Formats: sequence, C-alpha cells, structure tokens
Amino acid sequence: MASLELKHVTKRYKGRAVLDDLTLSVSDGETIVLFGPSGAGKTVLLRLIAGVVEPDEGNVLIGGEDVTDVDAEERGIGMAFQNFALFPHMSAFDNIATPLQAKRASPGAIKAGVESVAKLLKISHVLTHRPRALSNGQKQRTALARALAGSPPVLLLDDPLRNVDAKLRFEMRLELPRLLDDQGATVVYVTQDYKEAMALGDRIAVMSQGRIRQLGTPEQIYLDPADIEIARLFGDPTINLLDVKPAKDARGVYVGLSNVQVHLAGPFEQAIGRDCVIGLRPEALTFVRADAPAAIPVTVEAETPLNEKTVTLVRTVRGREILVSRPAGTPGPVAGNAHIAVNPKSALLFDRASGARIGASKVVALKSGAAA
Amino acid sequence: MEHTSVLERVLRGAALTLVVIFFMFPLFWIFLMSFQTNETILRIPPSLVFTPTLENYQALITGKLQTAAGSLDIAFMRNLWNSVFLSVTSVAVSLLLGVPAAYAFARHKFRGSEDIAFTLLSFRFAPPLLVLLPLTIYFQQLGLANTYFGLIWVYQLICLPLILWIVRGYFEDIPADIEYAYRIGGHSWFATFRKIALPLAGPGIAAAGLLAFIFAWNNFVFALVLASADKQPVTVGALAFVTASGIQYGQIAAAIVLSITPTLALALYAQRYLVEGLSLGAVKG
Repeated sequence: MASLELKHVTKRYKGRAVLDDLTLSVSDGETIVLFGPSGAGKTVLLRLIAGVVEPDEGNVLIGGEDVTDVDAEERGIGMAFQNFALFPHMSAFDNIATPLQAKRASPGAIKAGVESVAKLLKISHVLTHRPRALSNGQKQRTALARALAGSPPVLLLDDPLRNVDAKLRFEMRLELPRLLDDQGATVVYVTQDYKEAMALGDRIAVMSQGRIRQLGTPEQIYLDPADIEIARLFGDPTINLLDVKPAKDARGVYVGLSNVQVHLAGPFEQAIGRDCVIGLRPEALTFVRADAPAAIPVTVEAETPLNEKTVTLVRTVRGREILVSRPAGTPGPVAGNAHIAVNPKSALLFDRASGARIGASKVVALKSGAAA
Repeated sequence: MEHTSVLERVLRGAALTLVVIFFMFPLFWIFLMSFQTNETILRIPPSLVFTPTLENYQALITGKLQTAAGSLDIAFMRNLWNSVFLSVTSVAVSLLLGVPAAYAFARHKFRGSEDIAFTLLSFRFAPPLLVLLPLTIYFQQLGLANTYFGLIWVYQLICLPLILWIVRGYFEDIPADIEYAYRIGGHSWFATFRKIALPLAGPGIAAAGLLAFIFAWNNFVFALVLASADKQPVTVGALAFVTASGIQYGQIAAAIVLSITPTLALALYAQRYLVEGLSLGAVKG
C-alpha cells in the first residue's frame, strides 16, 4: 500500500500548459476522484502518475519515494483505460495474466490469480474469448480485472464506465466502491459523471484547465462549491442560478426575488450592492402557503418524477424558470398558482463577473493543495 | 447484395472477365510459348494447336542451349538461385533493420526524426541510373563490385525505405494505450515491442516484406551493372537468350515461367494473411 503525492507538477504541450503547477496528495488507501470537463487535464495527470507521460516540472511520489524518473513498469501501478486498451491478439485470460507474468509468477499462481479476479468481476465464463468476442461490459470488466490482477498498491482508473451502457454503469457504480475497498489500494479515479464522483470518492478534486479548482469530500463539493461552475456541475436537477443585487436593511442582507425581500443567512456583507448570482438548490426551495413569510408567488409549469424525488418547474412573475424538488410522495402544489420559500441557510452567492463564491464559510479552495 | 438485379450481375461478371483476360492473357500466352519450339512460336498465323515439348525446360535445367549455331552454356539455374538468395537475404536484412527503425520513427519523436525518415524515403525518388555510376566507382574502389555482399547492400536501397514506411504506418495505427497498458503492467519497452507491437503489426510487416521481395526480385539495373555472370539474378540472366543465332523465344518463355513461379507462389500463399491484416483494423475497443 502506498500514498501518492504530486508536487508542483507542470506539463505543457506546444507551449500550452495542460497541467499547471498542480499539487495533490492522496493518502494510503484513499479513493480520490478527478472530476472535470474534457480537456481539464485529468487523463494527462493519470498518465503522469502511471509514468507514460513525463512532467516538464515537478515531482511524483509514490509511498514517499520520488518516482519522477522511474519507468512505468517499475512503478507497480494498475491502470484501466477509458477505451479498455485490451490486447486484441490475446485471450481475456492472457490479458488479465500480463501483470502477473511480469512478476514472473509461476503458471499455477498466474492461473489462480487470474481466476480469482475473474470471479470477483464475474467474467470467469469468457476467459478464453478474444477481446473482439467480448461485449462492451465484458471488455470493461476484463480491463478492470487486468488492472487489479497484480494487486497494485496504486490503482488508476480512467473513466472506466464511459463506454458502457447506462444499466451497466449503474450496476458498476454500486459494485465498484466495495471492490475498491476490498483491494485496499490507493485509487485515483477519473470521471466526467458527477454521480460517479459522489458515489466513489472519499474526496473529489474538481479540475479545469490544468488546475484543481476545489478539493473536498463529496458533501463539501456539493454544499460548499468554490465557484459557480462547480455548483452547476454537481447536482441533478441542476442548481437554480438567478441574477441578484444584494442590499441590506435592519434585519441583515437580503436579495429581491420577484419583489419579495428574501433575507439570507451568512457573511454576505461584502456582496452588498454588487452584481451577484444567487444559487438555490432545488431542494432548498419549498412550497409554502401564500401567507408564509417571504413567500414568492409562482405559477406551476410542469412536474417530473425523478426516482426518489419529484421535480417541479415553476415560473416567477418576472418569467424566470426555477426548479423545485421535494421528496417523492409528499403533497405538492396544485396546478396553477403557488408560493415558494427559500431556505436562507442553503443559499449560495457568487460574484457575477468572476463566478467566485462570496462569503464561503468553510470552502477548501485549493491551489496550494497538500491537505493530507 | 440481394438488391442487385440479374442484369447488373451479368454486366459485372462480363466486366470482370474482360479485366481478367486483359491482364492474364500475356501470362497465359507465355505459358503456352514455353512448351513450343521457336518454329511453332513464330509461324503465322499463330495457333493454339501445337505438339507440346519440354525441351525448353530441359535446356534451362541442364544448362545446355541447342541453337542453330551449336551448343551454348547458360547459367539459368545459377541465376535463379542468385535471385532467390539475393532477394531473401536482402529482405531479411531490411526487416531486421527496418522494423525496429520503423518502430522508433512511429513511437518516438526525436530531433530530426522526420528528416531522417524522409531521407530514407528519398532513396526511392532518384532513378537508379542516377546513382549507378558513382555507386559503381565506389564499389570498385571498395572491392564490393561483383560480390553478394555488395549487391545485398545496394538492394537495401530498394527494400529498406519500402519496409520502413509501410511498417511505420502499421505501428502508428496501434493505439499507444495498448502499449502503455502492457508497460504499466510491469513489462519493459523491449518486451512491449516483442509481445504487443510486433504481433499487432505482423500482417503489415508480412505485406511490406512481400512487396520488398517482389521489388528486389524484379530488380534489373543494379544487378546488370554491379554483378558479373556468376552473381546475376534471372532478370539479367534472361539476356543470355538473345544469342548470335537469334532470339530463343521458347527458352525465354520457359525462363519467365520459372522465374515468376516463386513470387507468384509467395503472393498466393501470403494473400490470406494480407487480407486478414487489412481487416484486423479493429484493434481499438
């Protein structure tokens, strides 16, 4: 088992920094998810850890040892690729066996190793097949099995569920956390799917443009996003974002929503008089009676059941559309006119120009990193 | 295919037949000629009816050519052996040098790599006659003229660029991730080259080798100038049939049949693998 550390890593392609002075440390046995849009540098970062891409600057440490100049085959890493990268001329068995062969294990040990990992991933019945004869799901499991076979202390998973269908992705999302826990390895997991990130990560590193924009537990990322972009990326249905200009009266800072003064709870003094965006999670909004304090009049447009919750699309008197969610099965508004209220504690304020969070209480906005 | 009409199929068949006749007729005619004497070949009008004779083949294999002017020694079998030896050795050397080089050019972008690769390709731009004179002078000074070693060296001009560029393309088509996956699994770069890159580019290497073999086999001008009788391949050796007493068409035809047999056999044998190689493209995913 091993911890993993990246120190001020920079990688440029044709003058453009793909990774920009990035520092990150992952403790032993932790699962960290790299989340971000494509082109954010997630995959390059993974390859850099694997040793197939060299950093222009900075160091990579595995288990406290500097491996920046160590070849990929000496690093003892397991990696699953997004496009599976199976060896097309070998059977699934031989594919999975390659890390064990590299360790010069005896034929018996190889057979036992491959069979146990194949059983774990439920592909025992297709071990003799060539990759071409495997379904996408089986390919993906074979690729995972190959990554796991050598029991590597560090496991890199590059969006392994990207190319499999929705049903399988859902199954694997439930199955993977337990599988990774059993391995006890330090895991770096790349994904573009926030649900995967929330389900798998002990911590999530949100990346964009070669930097880590925020590093924190899934709860921190969701409840305390560092900026408007992260708030938008996490959450389904997406967060409601409304342009506001906060003001202050005797009761504190408030924003005007449909001519109703909504007082906010939080250190928002610096936002007064600035052009801001207020972020309201659909679950931070509730339907209330018309005579409730700070009730905002809306018209109900549509209602969509979404598994465990029901999402209602409403329109304010000024024509802005807002999503409100409530637990499924609880009574909702009748069609037509209704009123909603804002939970003042869960309102998020962002600067409209920069997108930066205003008055964040405990945000772990990481540039310096190293929050081991 | 089920939507093609009968007319379409008939027309397609007719067109294919025309093409086959156009290309195969000369070969067929030569095949017939090889079983005839000069007299029956040259009679007018030509006829498909004749009494087949094996004397052309007999003359070639025994090395005794009976002409009107008397008996003549020809070294056809020796030439055939030279062709086989020169082509096989040249292609082997080219593969040995070219395949690792192609891998290097495909996978590693080093300073000047494109320039070097292009220079190698440019060997094929120059007409052979252009380099022949300086080459001859060098070879005479170096003592390489009329040696197998020298000829094989010159044949690299033909084979090496061909193999290098074709195989490079095949290596580049292998997704780098597949090789990375093998290395991350704990294997050295050389093991990756042997166990992953070589097998996956195998059909391409075979195709390039076959092409290079055909080019080497068909070479005429290098061997004509740089080799004397005992080192000459069949292409040059065929000149011996233009004798003082006339051109021996029958023997020429037999010689042609014998000399295309190895390449034809090789091409037919390798065809399966070539087609397989071209359809193996589904390396990804």
